[in-house]
Amino acid sequence: MKEVQDYEKDIASIRNMMERSVKFISLSGLSGVIAGLYALAGASYVYYLIYYPYSPFGFRFYYANQSEVIIHLLTVAIIVLVLSIGTGFWFSHRKAKKLGMSIWNRASQQLMIDLIIPLATGGLFILILLSRGYYGVTAPACLIFYGLALINASRNTYSEVRYLGFTEIILGLISALIPGYGLIFWAIGFGAMHIVYGAVMHFRYDK
Amino acid sequence: MKNPFEHLDKVLEHSVRLQIMSVLVANESYDFNSLKEILGLTDGSIASHIKALEKEKYISISKSFVGKKPNTRYKATERGRTVFKKHLDALEELIKQQKK
Repeated sequence: MKEVQDYEKDIASIRNMMERSVKFISLSGLSGVIAGLYALAGASYVYYLIYYPYSPFGFRFYYANQSEVIIHLLTVAIIVLVLSIGTGFWFSHRKAKKLGMSIWNRASQQLMIDLIIPLATGGLFILILLSRGYYGVTAPACLIFYGLALINASRNTYSEVRYLGFTEIILGLISALIPGYGLIFWAIGFGAMHIVYGAVMHFRYDK
Repeated sequence: MKNPFEHLDKVLEHSVRLQIMSVLVANESYDFNSLKEILGLTDGSIASHIKALEKEKYISISKSFVGKKPNTRYKATERGRTVFKKHLDALEELIKQQKK
């Protein structure tokens, strides 16, 4: 007959299997920190482009409403996005190798699908708004849709992703309330918050 | 539960089968390769346990193709979920009783 320890072991293995099968645990915290640095670099560049030498909090002479400026900003945003995704893949691939798992498994596939649906919707929505001349909503919409995507995807990975999602949504809503400071909120949401949450995840799970 | 032993499921007493069921209860469906990766077992050993679970109608199997590669997916059936839940409750009850 089995002993009580055996039953406890059974329960522990059930819990372990459920977690590991649902959650993508290879997600690298460090790549979040680096993505945050890319975003800060991108935001600084945009600051020099638009505000310099004035404070980003102050009045400005240039507005992000000329099409060359818009294309310039979009290019910076796309470079930041591509670099971040690339780094995320690369670091997660390394972590997966260390864990003896593949990066492309059931949990990561589900994670991708859950991320892509709100992100693609948000991305297209923002492009449509830009093409119709609604520039002011870009930063809030980026933050809000990104936050929704993270919350949607969080059941397949670490819980910090969920909290990061809530933070992004709150930042997005505040940003929508205070027009003109989009760049600052964008830098906090995509830069500072990625660094903070990425560092937390790195020290909790990557060690 | 008066006698939790009666609620323990004979098929699920085996730890690999219990692990496979845990994965399938937590996920809508799971494919063979992902299952293999998570359990860290050989093809043959997983296949034999899968067969046992299928025979009891705890899981259902669907085969399809992704490109040219065969893709086999497993799902827990209603019956499988019910038995699993009962088994889990019985395990918890046993631990509770023996700790007293």
